Amino acid sequence: MSLGDHDENGVSRRKVLECMTWAGTGVLWTLSGGVPRSLGLVDAARAAEQPAPGLTFLQISDSHVGFDKPANPNATGTLEEAVNRIKAMPVKPAFMIHTGDISHLSKAAEFDDADRIISQSRLDVHYVPGEHDFLDEDVKLYKERYGKGTRGSGWYSFDANGVHFVGLVNVVDLKAGGLGNLGAEQLAWLEQDLKGRSKSTPIVVFAHIPLWTVYPQWGWGTEDGGRALDSLKGFGSVTVLNGHIHQVMQKVEGNVTFHTARSTAFPQPAPGTAPSPGPMKVEDARLRSLLGIASIDFKVGDERLAIIDTPLAG
Amino acid sequence: MIQPVLRGAGLAAVLLVCATPLRAETIKVTIDNFTFTPTEVTVKVGDTVTWTNHDDIPHTVVSAGKYRSKTLDTDDSFSFTFAAAGDYKYFCSLHPHMTGLVKVE
Ligand SMILES: [Cu+2]
Repeated sequence: MSLGDHDENGVSRRKVLECMTWAGTGVLWTLSGGVPRSLGLVDAARAAEQPAPGLTFLQISDSHVGFDKPANPNATGTLEEAVNRIKAMPVKPAFMIHTGDISHLSKAAEFDDADRIISQSRLDVHYVPGEHDFLDEDVKLYKERYGKGTRGSGWYSFDANGVHFVGLVNVVDLKAGGLGNLGAEQLAWLEQDLKGRSKSTPIVVFAHIPLWTVYPQWGWGTEDGGRALDSLKGFGSVTVLNGHIHQVMQKVEGNVTFHTARSTAFPQPAPGTAPSPGPMKVEDARLRSLLGIASIDFKVGDERLAIIDTPLAG
Repeated sequence: MIQPVLRGAGLAAVLLVCATPLRAETIKVTIDNFTFTPTEVTVKVGDTVTWTNHDDIPHTVVSAGKYRSKTLDTDDSFSFTFAAAGDYKYFCSLHPHMTGLVKVE
């Protein structure tokens, strides 16, 4: 499948929203003139054969190393499987981002195991923490390992191939009854970080909990996420990547594309379809179709963006 | 004279009852499906509330400025004995949409 197979005026916003999907072998998205369009389901293997773009990077999320309950008694094993898929990719991604919940209980041994497995990908990894990585009393372990050179509880930004990446932390100082939280200090930093940047700079923001309100009844959203998005107004291409909800979900709002990644550990139910957002036990044969990784391609200049979700098994 | 002795004993018994309630109870709250059950409990001063997490996901029990559990993994418990009357709102610091209330009378 090539991008040229599709006419420019083909896909309505309604159609784009219909493409929010939980399943399939992968969804390829392109950003054209600021309007994201779904190119529909693609075969993962063929998607991997797309011509090398300007920048390809990977997203991995919610490894929960240490989790051993019925939903997946071997979360370490499925993380290894994910890393093996990464090692086998025909085009080596520039780097990887991990959108949190590296560990299940913030134990040193869990972080050790995660590092040992993830390092086998031989990729640079940029981390943000999930709430499961901040369970030790004084939140030392995450910061010591992954927080070097970051600010506050672990936020930072960097540039790659003309794309500006911003890693945010929305899992600290959570208020009773509320959602995820960024806090005034981080929001002020973000505004400064974006100030003066050309509006044509593609921006990728990544955080653990969705910045958009997916399902507040389950805490799936960020209380002050709207203020972060205010700072991103005016940029032609903004992509927001997160984990936390362990399923693929996509939303397009103006120039902003929101995308959640699968977990490598266990699936969670679609909003409102279960009594709680807890780990979802599925038939063993189905588990690997609900776990996976995402690769993101940019064609800078073309303002194109494609996100390919690859499950561990079809 | 017998009366004053009896009076004194009666007063001592009353003081004893007030200082150490005879029937301090332990009230159980469970965590299932990201919910504190029951969400609201009413207890007496001196009673203990024990929270037990039955989920496969860790939770905490935090009442701002009053008490704070460690992270409760599956089947872990946390207990707190309430020494003063009042309304103790609490929540899970990992999943803040989870809230509960202990009313101490
Ligand atoms: Cu919780």
